[in-house]
Amino acid sequence: MIDTTHSLILIAVMAGVTMLLRLLPFVLFSKRTPKPILYLGTVLPYSVMAMLVIYCLRNVSLLSGSRGIPEIIAIVLVAVLHKWKHNMLLSILSGTICYMLLIQFVFV
Amino acid sequence: MNKTTVKAAFKASLPVMAGYIVLGTGFGVLLSAKGYSYRWAILMCVTMYAGAMQYVGVDILASGASFISAALMTLMVNARHIFYGISMIEKYKNMGWKKWYAAFGLTDETYSLICVDPELPEGADRNVFNFLLTLMNQSYWIMGGFIGAVIGSTVEFNSAGIDFSMTALFVSIFVEQWEKNKDHLPALWGLVVSIVCLLIFGADRFLIPAMLVISVGLFLMKGSIERRALHND
Repeated sequence: MIDTTHSLILIAVMAGVTMLLRLLPFVLFSKRTPKPILYLGTVLPYSVMAMLVIYCLRNVSLLSGSRGIPEIIAIVLVAVLHKWKHNMLLSILSGTICYMLLIQFVFV
Repeated sequence: MNKTTVKAAFKASLPVMAGYIVLGTGFGVLLSAKGYSYRWAILMCVTMYAGAMQYVGVDILASGASFISAALMTLMVNARHIFYGISMIEKYKNMGWKKWYAAFGLTDETYSLICVDPELPEGADRNVFNFLLTLMNQSYWIMGGFIGAVIGSTVEFNSAGIDFSMTALFVSIFVEQWEKNKDHLPALWGLVVSIVCLLIFGADRFLIPAMLVISVGLFLMKGSIERRALHND
């Protein structure tokens, strides 16, 4: 872990921004909500989830090591399983176990 | 606070219970793998109380990110909460002081339970119900975080690759959203911009430009996205 003060401030920042986003509507928009904010609230979640997937994969190298093969296999498993069963816990658990087995035993 | 209301809230919270305990446990294990004790897990579950963002938060902590990038990341990941809040202004208006806690604890799951105006048994108080349901859901989340942190620090196992639980969480939400929204443009836009920015700016620097380009692009596409939404309805 990094030092305690830096960690505490980081958590305070993340908690503060989250709280702000959740409380703001009740403070500011109790009468009327600005259109651009309404619009962003509807479309941003879709773009952000894609961004987060790429964020998780940012350190994967396609040119060296295991060439991203374990990641691809596990992601396909999660996607197919989720499309089929729609069970968040099943998808996450299976994907993670599959990935851990792959990098610990297959692509060592 | 009467028994009927407490019972109704507990019953309504059951579907969330299993999910939050397991997802919270995953978060706790992940955080302890980075060397943080259970106290940190509880602190984050109490003050942040945000599923996806706490998973990202583990990464932000472990990499010692700057405050500004932590703030921007939170802004992007949790922007949807503004939208949840807006749709609850009416429903929460008679809750008094309880409104502020219910607003703070408005996670995706709690929102999905309350926004449908669940039927309540006779004699139950809806304002107290909303408050208790929020409180119960958060207590499951805290429990999960604690259990995970304890497991992570006591059970000996090779945790290499456990970070993938975060990827898996986002991939499954992505699939969920893909099926729910007929217009795939916002999702594809996020995907393409992120990959291009990653290639140009590299792993440590791509997020902020990606967030900016995604937001500006979404505003530029506003007209066509809204037109297509009308056609799809």
